[in-house]
Amino acid sequence: MTALRTESAFADPDAAYEMLVTAHRGASEAESAALNARLVLILSNHIGDIGVLQEAIRLAQTAGSRRAAPQDAV
Amino acid sequence: MNEPNARKTVFQFGYRRSADQDSRSPVRRPIVIVGAGPVGLTAAIDFAQRGIPTVILDDADRIGEGSRAICFSKRSLEIMGRLGLGDRLVEKGVTWKLGKVFLREHQVYSFDLLPEAGHRMPAFINLQQYYLEGYLVERAAELPAIDLRWRNRVTGVEQQDGFVRLTIETPEGEYQLDADWCLACDGARSAVRDFLGLKFVGHMFEECFLIADVKMSAEYPTERWFWFDPPFHSGQSALLHRQPDNVWRIDLQLGPDADPEEEKKPERVLPRLRRMLGERQFDLEWISVYRFNCARLAKFVHGRVVFVGDSAHQVSVFGARGANSGIQDAENLVWKLALVLKGQAPESLIETYELERGQAADENIGHSTRSTDFIAPRTKSEHLLRNAVLELAPHAAFARRMVNSGRLSMASRYDTPLSSPDREVFAGSAQLGLPVPDAPLLDRDGKQRFLLETLSDGFELLYVKNGARPNVPDGIRLKVIGEDFSDMDGAFTERFDATPGAAYLLRPDHHLCARMRAYDGERVREALARAKGLLK
Ligand SMILES: Cc1cc2nc3c(=O)[nH]c(=O)nc-3n(C[C@H](O)[C@H](O)[C@H](O)COP(=O)(O)OP(=O)(O)OC[C@H]3O[C@@H](n4cnc5c(N)ncnc54)[C@H](O)[C@@H]3O)c2cc1C
Repeated sequence: MTALRTESAFADPDAAYEMLVTAHRGASEAESAALNARLVLILSNHIGDIGVLQEAIRLAQTAGSRRAAPQDAV
Repeated sequence: MNEPNARKTVFQFGYRRSADQDSRSPVRRPIVIVGAGPVGLTAAIDFAQRGIPTVILDDADRIGEGSRAICFSKRSLEIMGRLGLGDRLVEKGVTWKLGKVFLREHQVYSFDLLPEAGHRMPAFINLQQYYLEGYLVERAAELPAIDLRWRNRVTGVEQQDGFVRLTIETPEGEYQLDADWCLACDGARSAVRDFLGLKFVGHMFEECFLIADVKMSAEYPTERWFWFDPPFHSGQSALLHRQPDNVWRIDLQLGPDADPEEEKKPERVLPRLRRMLGERQFDLEWISVYRFNCARLAKFVHGRVVFVGDSAHQVSVFGARGANSGIQDAENLVWKLALVLKGQAPESLIETYELERGQAADENIGHSTRSTDFIAPRTKSEHLLRNAVLELAPHAAFARRMVNSGRLSMASRYDTPLSSPDREVFAGSAQLGLPVPDAPLLDRDGKQRFLLETLSDGFELLYVKNGARPNVPDGIRLKVIGEDFSDMDGAFTERFDATPGAAYLLRPDHHLCARMRAYDGERVREALARAKGLLK
């Protein structure tokens, strides 16, 4: 089983972030939530590893409930 | 038998006094079955075929009114085949294999149960539960070993030392009966469960469903149609499925706040159905409103009382797992109990009923819970994800596999100490712990037979010819493929990954419990002992 990768994977992370933001721009809250739901399903399937999905869910849950401030080199 | 002209009572039976009611002290019987539903009747017929007499007690004296189950699986039909009812059910039933799923007015997904060729039984038939029960009662009446007593309501159950004492109420008063073993087949609201102080553990879904059987001549094809958010029933789900006699099953989701009493009234039901069916003429056969439960008893065996079918576990209707799993419960228990009663197996063999059918119950509850959650999401966010799957389904194969309008009942594979682990590698669809697959064979006269119809009620060894007939241990029936029967078209060879000399040991319920590349008498003897629970 592969582990969830949390080190940065995109060559240009800002571009990836911008792409996600742009996808939501102009959408209503409901449309945005629906878009996110479809994205989650598409990306989960692409990963195709139930263990990685489980880890990702845990990380998302933890990150939403606890504040951590790690220092990454910039 | 008369064909019912729909509505109300379909089969009527009479109360008859039993000599046991005149006895001063309770008469002792080897097996007493509480409940003449599909499960109790299946058990009684199976016992009778093994030479064991039973008494069945049922508080009613008729079958009819509600239809309930309509989808019967291949595995149930195979079991019914062994009990002498298979062809009759298939003849009367509607065979189907195609299912379609719609989101609003568009089809998003379809499935084909794709029965491979070379099986005697179809993947599924639809048949009103009252027909199944009626045919079972008629089959039971042919068997003198079955003593079926209508209007015998069980009002008390007491565990004694090595037997069970039942108190029974009849139109002519009360009597008592003792049983070496009591099978509680008295349904989801089991009274026996209450008498023993046992509780169902599980989950009750909030969602309400209207279930209706309507009679109409309609041009819809023989397919299972399931809608999410259809134009005629906005925001909810709906199902349409054909039964024999021009009767159609309709399920309509009503939401969590529906009032079941109100929703049953024709002035509420008819407009809902008209929106779905349009101007077409139809008659209402039966309506009911349900909230579904997924629950089970923690243990199915309590002393000499064994819970079988809905009394032991309950599921929602999506997936057709209720009666189908209860029928498999009955078949799993009966051969084991028969061996115990005949002194050929230790009483501890009954524990494997609980183990094997407990696994099946968990699997069924798991599937049924997932389907119900997909059909009736519990929160707004769940709803969002569910709809995302449906919206993606026409565009992406992965999403189609997530669409869940009910995962239909399949045979359970037992992970069990009664199996002897494989020592060699086998390919093919036959698997240790699963019922063996069917295959067309030719008998010595060149006549086509199906493997499953040639199997007996006992242990059986399928041996692929490689020289002389092996000398199999006592208690096993030998069938030599290539001598007694031959593989008609290669299906047997492929499904069993058969090679000359290979041997397959089948339990009395036709689950594969051991196999080997080359027949070895010692291994077969040990596997037989293991399957009877004689090895630790
Ligand atoms: C709407 C609906 C649709 C369904 N669709 C399907 C389907 O498509 N496929 C499927 O496999 N399953 C389906 N089911 C489930 C199926 O109907 C049940 O699983 C099945 O009836 C269980 O059989 P049983 O013999 O265990 O219990 P039951 O059929 O409930 O029989 C119990 C019997 O015990 C008797 N009894 C009860 N108490 C006593 C007492 N104290 N003394 C004497 N007798 C007593 C009752 O009169 C009854 O005859 C459906 C259920 C519903 C409600």
